[in-house]
Amino acid sequence: MTFRSIAQIAGSAMSAQTVRLNTVASNLANAETTGTESSAYRARKPVFQSVLQGSGARVQVLDVVSSNEPLNARYEPDHPMADEQGMVYDSNVNPVEEMTDMMSASRAFSTNLEVMARVNGLQQELLKMGQG
Amino acid sequence: MGLSLEQALGVHPAALKLRAERAEVIASNLANESTPGYLAHDIDFRASLREAAQGDAQALEFASDRLKYRVPGSASQDGNTVDLAAEQAEFAQNAIDFQTSLTFLNMKLKGLSAAINGNS
Repeated sequence: MTFRSIAQIAGSAMSAQTVRLNTVASNLANAETTGTESSAYRARKPVFQSVLQGSGARVQVLDVVSSNEPLNARYEPDHPMADEQGMVYDSNVNPVEEMTDMMSASRAFSTNLEVMARVNGLQQELLKMGQG
Repeated sequence: MGLSLEQALGVHPAALKLRAERAEVIASNLANESTPGYLAHDIDFRASLREAAQGDAQALEFASDRLKYRVPGSASQDGNTVDLAAEQAEFAQNAIDFQTSLTFLNMKLKGLSAAINGNS
C-alpha cells in the first residue's frame, strides 16, 4: 500500500521534527539559567535515524543527547547558585544555533506536511478514476 | 476478436503504479532531510517502465534492487545527500506525471465506455 506508507513516512518525519522543535524550545527557555558544574543546563539535541520500510525509509528519534560544549564559568561568590569555590556555571545553549535549528526544523515539518497534502489529493483523484 | 482490458489500457496502469512507488521513494528522501548519513534514493523510471511495457510481470513487483542512489550535487558534513529543493521539485513533477497518467487512463476508460454504449 503505497499511499498509506507515504503517509506513515511523512508522519514519522513530522513527529521527529516535533521532537527537534521541542528540544529547541527547551534549550531556548533554559538559555539563561545557571547552576553548579553538574546541575547547569546542557543543550539537548535529538539524534535521527532512518528505518527502511518497504521501498521507502521513515525517520525515528534514536536518542536525545546532551551537548558537550564547555559551560561558561565565572567567579561570583555572592550568587545563590555558587559552589564552594564561588564558581557559577551558565548553560551551554547557543541561542543563534538554536534559532537556525528552529527554522530548519519548521521548514522540514512543512515540507512533509505538503507531501502529505499532495499525496492525499492524488489518492482522492485515484478514487474517482473511471467516473464521469 | 476478443478485447483484453489490459491491452486496451496500454502502458498507463504500469506507469501509474510506478509513479506512486516513486512518490514513496521521494517522500522518504524528504522525510530524511535531516537524518545524518542518509543517502537519497530514486528509481530509474524509464528503465522500469520499459521493463513493465515489455510484459515483464516481475517489473511491476517493486524490488529494492531497482532503487538507485542519487548523485549528490554538494557534499554535506553529516553525510546526508538530500538536496531539499531538488527533491521538492522532483516530488511535484512526479505528482503532476501521476495526474497525467491518471488522465490518460480516464480517457481510455471513457473511450471504452463509449464503444460499449454505442455512443448513444
